[in-house]
Amino acid sequence: MSQALDITAATVDSALLDLPWQLPLEQWPEENIAALPKGLSRHTVRFAHLSNHVIAIKETLPELAKREYEMLKSLQKLDVPCVEPFAIIKNRKDEQGNELPAVLITRHLKFSLPYRAMWSQGLRADTATRLVDALALLLVRLHIAGFFWGDVSLSNTLFRRDAGSFAAYLVDAETGQLYSTGLSNGQRENDLEIARVNIAGELMDLVASGRAGPGVDPNATSERIVEKYRELWKELTAAEVFNKDERWRITQRVERLNKLGFDIEELMIKTEENGRSVKIQPKVVDAGHHTRRLIRLTGLDVEENQARRLLNDLDAYRVSFDPEGDEEVLAHRWLSEVFEPVVKAIPRQYSGKLEPAEVFHQVLEHRGRLAETQQKGIPLAEAVNSYVENVLAHRRDEEALIATPTEAITLATAVPSGNIDVDEDDEDGDWRDKV
Amino acid sequence: MASVKFQKATRVYPGSTTPAVDSIDLEIADGEFLVLVGPSGCGKSTTLRMLAGLEEVNGGQILIGDRDVTNIPPKDRDIAMVFQNYALYPHMTVAENMGFALKIAGVDKEERAARVLDAAKLLDLEPYLNRKPKALSGGQRQRVAMGRAIVRKPQVFLMDEPLSNLDAKLRVQTRTQIASLQRRLGVTTVYVTHDQVEAMTMGDRVAVLKDGVLQQVATPRELYETPKNVFVAGFIGSPAMNLLQLPIVDGGVQFGNTVVKIDNSVLSKTKAKLVTLGVRPENLVVSTNDGISVEVEVIEELGSDGYLYGSATLDGASTELVSRVDGRNHPNKGETVFLKPEGGIMHLFDVETGERLN
Repeated sequence: MSQALDITAATVDSALLDLPWQLPLEQWPEENIAALPKGLSRHTVRFAHLSNHVIAIKETLPELAKREYEMLKSLQKLDVPCVEPFAIIKNRKDEQGNELPAVLITRHLKFSLPYRAMWSQGLRADTATRLVDALALLLVRLHIAGFFWGDVSLSNTLFRRDAGSFAAYLVDAETGQLYSTGLSNGQRENDLEIARVNIAGELMDLVASGRAGPGVDPNATSERIVEKYRELWKELTAAEVFNKDERWRITQRVERLNKLGFDIEELMIKTEENGRSVKIQPKVVDAGHHTRRLIRLTGLDVEENQARRLLNDLDAYRVSFDPEGDEEVLAHRWLSEVFEPVVKAIPRQYSGKLEPAEVFHQVLEHRGRLAETQQKGIPLAEAVNSYVENVLAHRRDEEALIATPTEAITLATAVPSGNIDVDEDDEDGDWRDKV
Repeated sequence: MASVKFQKATRVYPGSTTPAVDSIDLEIADGEFLVLVGPSGCGKSTTLRMLAGLEEVNGGQILIGDRDVTNIPPKDRDIAMVFQNYALYPHMTVAENMGFALKIAGVDKEERAARVLDAAKLLDLEPYLNRKPKALSGGQRQRVAMGRAIVRKPQVFLMDEPLSNLDAKLRVQTRTQIASLQRRLGVTTVYVTHDQVEAMTMGDRVAVLKDGVLQQVATPRELYETPKNVFVAGFIGSPAMNLLQLPIVDGGVQFGNTVVKIDNSVLSKTKAKLVTLGVRPENLVVSTNDGISVEVEVIEELGSDGYLYGSATLDGASTELVSRVDGRNHPNKGETVFLKPEGGIMHLFDVETGERLN
């Protein structure tokens, strides 16, 4: 059976060999499977336990598995948020010696959520908007890196909570292509059009399934990605011409980009021929402005908006404590006196509910609300206790929350890989009513 | 529906000195199924992407109908990239799945219903309009996805290796479905593949590319029977044509121990002393003692017929030859046989330019 398996892996985990590779994914026993809900997708995708984490396994053709594995590795090198490629396994055979499809294994992104599982009671309109904003940012980052996605959709993205917003991660790179010379406008426009149509379809389907909250507007939400994308693209790449005396506009541009979470690695500055005007254009921008500063100061590696939130708190702490003091020394102090006590106050049984940085953000939000209702300052310790008791205890675990990777049936093979609940057909109705 | 014209269309990638697509002139008739084929890196996908608006055109023009689309964004070109991972949404009916893109494009309800119905009729999906995709077979689901493209009434369908992620069996099946559907729809279609068998079985005409240059565009039969140059001769056909560089002698070409008669008017077109002679495996036959002496290395039995793979020593170098033989009565591995062209079907090419002489 598995003696001739051909495994390519980034890191060695011998437990990989113990999984039942001689069985088609569809027939894996429940003890290996991490979650039961599965969807209809182009390929069979299932989640399995491996050592102490969860992996996503996709059955596909060997050359596609290899291509996507390499593609995800390249994207990681380019520092683009995407799932982590873990291994490819080829040469699978069942016990009768029949060939089985190759598999691509990616590591499940902890605390990530598929768009359909954002809220157990259905997707809210404001959440849909924030997801689309996160996807727009991801798309801009991918395009800056020279990646044409070809299948931009909410289904092909995973989201992590990010201090009130979301951070988007690319999940499916099968249709993607990296261009070292960058993308043409046509390629970018095409991705954007694909995104717009897919998002509208996905949200219409969600509405049809009854799992969209009131006010979810597929049309307007899908239009938003175009708008948001263009806005970001312009800010990150457009040239700006101004009078030589208005040099403060350089600083202003840098600050605007910082605010969006980007650092300028390379800025082109040219004086125009007449010598009176200056042209600037960011040439290389790098996402993670706040994340990098927080890592430098505290070693905490969190999402961009969480970093922004933590830095705000850190800066406030510094100002109130010792405005002239050394930034790094005070950051260390903030970490051990403010951040860590909050994290340690979370009972062990709740540690799988949210990431520590997200808990910290929510505690601060909670404290703000308490202060407002009680019209007085609330000590952090009190806010933490109240938060744990009244909020966190009632949340579901999100560390390894897995729903269907995609509930769309994608072509070309369209082999159903499981069952999803769909209302029975209403044969009596007129199809024209719904078209 | 519309014709498509490439007029000296060129694409040069930034930082590259050689064009990925070099001054292509190509006219695709209204309703035609044209296949772009060639080895990896030949520029076929780039050509398609230029038409789709995904690649900048650095020189020349592209027209859809009478409209110059060279600088028009993809979504305004009235084209549809088919099979591009179309998703079907499980909670929406077949009709909704087919029509939702029209809805977001602001097409009114009556028009949407009319277009969906038209497409459903063409695709034999009318009885299923009220069903959910789950209730459909795999083939029907594929047709629903096709329907998504059809309801948009594009001028041109573009398909870039749509079958590459299918296994061999499904590929052959889907190939036939696409070709027959295209004929029913009559929409101009440009299809890219690296597989010459796919190209030959699907296209009304096939355009062969190499190194960004269009080599020949013709019907499958013309390509097979009169390849314009050595490249096309070797690329089209499976197993490939035998291409041998042989000395020109009085009255013809020296073919082993015999002289193949070739009209002087043909051979006088080349100044070289050698000529490339091409013979398809089905025209290279085993003879008692005429032709090139070949040692049989492999016999591939395919039932009624088979192929003989052997090697010969020509001008001191070992050369591989393929000949179609009878499936049962054939020489065996290890034997030495003579092979010679028969049936008069020979292809002659200039050894230097590679261009066809006859």
